[in-house]
Formats: sequence, structure tokens, C-alpha cells
Amino acid sequence: MFDTLSDRLTSVLKNLRGKGRLSEADIDATAREIRIALLEADVALPVVRGFISGVKERAKGTEVSQALNPAQQVIKIVNEELIGILGGEKRDLALAKKPPTVIMLAGLQGSGKTTLAGKLAKWLAGQGHTPMLVACDLQRPNAVTQLQVVGERAGSPVFAPEPGNGVGDPVDVARRGVAEAERAQHDIVIVDTAGRLGVDEEMMQQASDIRDAVNPHEILFVVDAMIGQDAVSTAEAFRDGVGFNGVVLTKLDGDARGGAALSVRQVTGEPIMFASNGEKIEDFDVFHPDRMASRILGMGDMLTLIEQA
Amino acid sequence: SRSRSMFGQSVLGLLGAGDLDEDSWEEIEDTLLMADLGATTASEIIERLRTEVAARGVRTPDQARALLREVLMDALATTQSRSVQALPHGDPADGGKPAVVLVVGVNGTGKTTTTGKLARVLVADGRSVLLGAADTFRAAAVEQLGTWGERVGAEVIRGEEGADPASVAFESVQRGADSGVDAVLVDTAGRLHTKTGLMDELGKVKRVVDKRAQVDEVLLVLDATTGQNGLAQARVFADVVDVTGIVLTKLDGTAKGGIVFQVQRELGVPVKLVGLGEGADDLAPFEPEAFVDALLG
Ligand SMILES: Nc1nc2c(ncn2[C@@H]2O[C@H](COP(=O)(O)OP(=O)(O)OP(=O)(O)O)[C@@H](O)[C@H]2O)c(=O)[nH]1
Ligand SMILES: Nc1nc2c(ncn2[C@@H]2O[C@H](COP(=O)(O)OP(=O)(O)OP(=O)(O)O)[C@@H](O)[C@H]2O)c(=O)[nH]1
Ligand SMILES: [Mg+2]
Ligand SMILES: [Mg+2]
Repeated sequence: MFDTLSDRLTSVLKNLRGKGRLSEADIDATAREIRIALLEADVALPVVRGFISGVKERAKGTEVSQALNPAQQVIKIVNEELIGILGGEKRDLALAKKPPTVIMLAGLQGSGKTTLAGKLAKWLAGQGHTPMLVACDLQRPNAVTQLQVVGERAGSPVFAPEPGNGVGDPVDVARRGVAEAERAQHDIVIVDTAGRLGVDEEMMQQASDIRDAVNPHEILFVVDAMIGQDAVSTAEAFRDGVGFNGVVLTKLDGDARGGAALSVRQVTGEPIMFASNGEKIEDFDVFHPDRMASRILGMGDMLTLIEQA
Repeated sequence: SRSRSMFGQSVLGLLGAGDLDEDSWEEIEDTLLMADLGATTASEIIERLRTEVAARGVRTPDQARALLREVLMDALATTQSRSVQALPHGDPADGGKPAVVLVVGVNGTGKTTTTGKLARVLVADGRSVLLGAADTFRAAAVEQLGTWGERVGAEVIRGEEGADPASVAFESVQRGADSGVDAVLVDTAGRLHTKTGLMDELGKVKRVVDKRAQVDEVLLVLDATTGQNGLAQARVFADVVDVTGIVLTKLDGTAKGGIVFQVQRELGVPVKLVGLGEGADDLAPFEPEAFVDALLG
């Protein structure tokens, strides 16, 4: 058993000299190894396919260099392709010309939305903004209480006129939240919503009703880095059901490879903007495509090696 | 989502057609990969199926479907009981001891919800239940379990925010034994298996409870949307707290939860329950047949 893609490719390409091009057979063998590595990193199967044909195409034309062994060279290609997809069209949060900027969070149950609401608030406050949180998850037991605690930790006020636990209308709360932010002159409103499944039509409708009520400048799809093959159908369901223009990857402090990053980016075309990497309010960062690429491949060091070569 | 998809039908249509070309096999493999079985497990299942198809001379789509089901069911088979041990040892009103269940897992999988639902099942069965809120870390986790307690009619032992979870857990089993309840269910904080400090803390919770009572079940809650990382989670949790059963949550979505094939086989710990929604009654026993049928689409 080989642990990393690098080991695998080295074994497949071990007879190759540092001259000439990779043969058809070499490329096929290489493609098989890359496929397995990506699947083990939880990249969704349809995305793996498309990705590999892109890599194959590039590998065909490449001269085997003197400086890198063939395995390193293929990894370099894979890495560059990954970064290309993960990092293409980076952008910052879109701030409204006329405040408040409304940021709506959406995602599956337990993905990390409420925690992220606090992290975003804290991060934005650190940049001189005056964010306010709005408690629109009136479903999950004590989601409102949780957001209040999180807001307190972030030092941002929480608009929570309804107790939740099944009581109150989230669409109405969202609308009133934005009005309250205008009144109290908060320049950013972060709307926390209930977790929902892609297949739950009623809940998805609710999300799109919230969206229509407040016209968010940003709708961030919050996705757990541990998600497997379901990433594609879920991302599509949220894209079609509520629409989003940015992605946040959470729980990156674990050891999941996080292939979902590639899946979601590839399938929806929306940029991954932030990374959530812990339970504490400061465990938050902008997204780094290069780190994510080597994480998916499971080989940070290998890449440093290549850079130095 | 339990109906047969076009995809599933086409796979089995081809399977039944007699001699299978590579494309058909690939389609079958795709079904398994998309269900999160993982590359290695998927190819093992395919190998088994190849052998069986050859050996048994499969002719009709129905036979083929049955065969694939059989191979998958077989891969899920266990000699261990899938029932949750949550009944008291003797009559608690007469010196017997409550059953003790510990609920563990990574962040956001559905531990607190599962604890609430399990309490509901027991209460509906006429049992008295005490809940221990040993997640003293996450914002409003104690309140969340408190709400579940009210919802299903179970007393909740709460610690202060930031209190030592082991002492809350201890107090819960102590109190449960003193007041003669039938079962004590202890909810713990979500923690990533990679955080050694937090895993040590969990180990301590278990050891402290062990001193006061027999722990009947340690349920590891796995989210069905989890991919290959699920195995890493299960390994570490099993190592630290001796997991006795898996609860697979969020099966009401589109995720198939195929990681449990690897988890069950490697740890020898059976899947016992499935979560099928956010409501109090959305908990069901794990049924391999229904699970495999849903997986095949
Ligand atoms: N380790 C880790 N835990 C996280 C991270 N983000 C969130 N969590 C934890 O994941 C769990 C779920 O987070 P929440 O913020 O409640 O998730 P949510 O999406 O609001 O959940 P629902 O409202 O129930 O849908 C909590 O235990 C959080 O502390 C992260 O980046 N790393
Ligand atoms: N659709 C669906 N949602 C579920 C299921 N089980 C739990 N949930 C939801 O998932 C989210 C997280 O559930 P919790 O019970 O808070 O999870 P937890 O493991 O206790 O989370 P932490 O304590 O923060 O680690 C909540 O929104 C639940 O309502 C299930 O079987 N199906
Ligand atoms: Mg929430
Ligand atoms: Mg919990």
C-alpha cells in the first residue's frame, strides 16, 4: 500500500528515464492512480473524470524534464490543474454601495453556519465594520440561543425577535433584521438560517423566500470539508433552490482531504472564499487554493520539493 | 429517494443481459463509488460480484439485482446484535441499575438530536430517562439538550458552561442511579478525532462513568454525508472509548452512507440506528435490506 499519490506514481513510473515523453501506457497507468487518490480524497466521481481527462491531455504533450522525475512532473501538472480550478476567479466579499451589505448563510444541517456567523462578524468587525447578526433559524432547538452566545463572543449585536424552537416566521425576521440594521446603522447584516437538506422542498422554498425578502449581496454556501460524494447533489440543490455566489469550507482543522472543495467549485463555478478551521471564533481564514490543492493530494512536502527543484 | 432511479435500473438491465461489457461493470462500480463505499471496497464488491455472476450463470435482471443485493448484504453482515442495550439491569425501583449510554462523534453529526430521539423511544416504551448534558463547550449545547428533555419528558442534568464534562457525566449516572431511572443517556461535545486533547477528555468521561456504573452502549454518531474520513473518525473513537454501535444520521437526504461498509468491517462494530430527520420520531433501527435498496437507487 502506498500512502501518497507521489508514492503511487513513483512506483508506476519507476522505469521511466528522464528523457522523452510519457507513453500512452504510462499516462493511462498514471491516470488510474490519480483517480484513486482523488476518490480517496472524496472528490466526486463525475468531477474526477473531467479532471483526469484534463490532466491526461496536458501530460501527453509534456517533455519529461531532467530536473524532476516523471512522477514529480505529473504531480506538478495535477497540482497546477487543481489550483487552477480551486483558485480561478478569486474575489472579495461584495460590499453594498448603499449599506447595509446583507450576507446570507445556507447549507446542510450541522455544516457550521451558526459558528461561521460569529467568525465572520468578528473578522469583519476587525476590519472596521459594524456587523449585526440575524437569527432566522427558528427550527432547530435553541439555534437562537446559540447565535446569541456566538454574537456575544464576537462582540456583535444579535437581532432575535422570535424565540425559535418552531415559533416565528424566519422570512419576517430576516426582513425586520435588515430594517433594524438600517435604523441602527450597522453596515453589514449576517443572516443565519436553519440547516436544510437539498431534497426538502419546503425548507428550500423557505430559503429562497428569505432571499427574496432581503436580496442578499452574498449568499454563502457553507459546506463541511468531510462531505463525500453527496457534495455534488447538495451543491446543485442549493444552487438551484436558493442560489449562492460564494462557498465556505468548514472543519478544515480535521484530517479530511476535502475533495469536496474541488467538486463544489467545479460543479457550481462559484469561488471558495473562506475556510473555517476550528470551533473558536478566531479559527477562520480566507481560502488558500494552493494549500487546499496539496491537502487534496495529501502531500504538502512533495510540493515544496517540486518548487525547490 | 427510496425509489429505483433510472441509473439503478439501467445498471441492472445491463447486468441481466448476459455477457457484461466493461462499461456495464464500470456503471456498477460508479453506483458503489457514488454511495461513498470508497475505491477499495467498491472494487472488492465488484470482484465478488464477478465471481458470483460467473459461478451462477445469471440470466435475468431480477436475478442480477438479487445477486448484487446479496453481495452487498453479505458485506454488511455481522454476528453482533444490532439492538441498542438501553434497558435497566434489574428493576431500578428495587435496587436494579439504570442502563448507561454514551453518545459520541465529531462536530455536527447529530449527537444531541439522536440523544433526544433515543430518549423519546424509551419514554414511549414506558421507561424513565435521564439526560446528561456533558457538552459544556459548544454555545447553547446544554440548552439544546434541555429543550429535547422537555420535548420528550426526561430530566436533564446540566453542568455550568465550561464545567468538566466528566464530572457532569458522573453526576448524571449518580443521579440516575439514586433516582432509579431506567436509562441514563449522556450527550457529549462534538470533537474532531484528530484533537488529542479533546479525545483524552472523552476518554476521561468514559473512565469516570465506568467507575460509577456499567456503560452499556457507546454510540458513535456518523453523518451519512461523510465521505472517506468517516473511517478515520471511527478508528480513533473506537480506540479511545470502545464504541459499541454506530448511528448513521441524515439518511433522509441524498447521501447513501456507504462509508459504514468499511467502518463495520474494520471495527466489527454494527450499525444499530439510523436518523431519518430532525423530528423526535425520526429514529429507526438499521435495516440492512432497506439500506442496500436505497443505496442501489
Ligand atoms: N472542529 C470544527 N468544528 C466546527 C467548525 N465549524 C463549526 N464547528 C462545529 O460544528 C458543529 C456544528 O456547527 P454549527 O455552527 O452549529 O452548524 P450549523 O450549520 O449552524 O448547524 P444547524 O444550524 O444545526 O444546521 C458545532 O459543534 C461547531 O462547534 C470548524 O471549522 N471546525
Ligand atoms: N435531516 C436530518 N437532520 C438531522 C438528523 N439528525 C440531526 N440532524 C440535524 O443536524 C444538526 C446537528 O444536530 P445536533 O444533534 O445538534 O448535532 P451534534 O452532533 O450534537 O452537534 P455538536 O454537538 O455541535 O457536535 C441539527 O440541525 C439537527 O436538527 C437527521 O437524521 N436528519
Ligand atoms: Mg445553526
Ligand atoms: Mg450536540
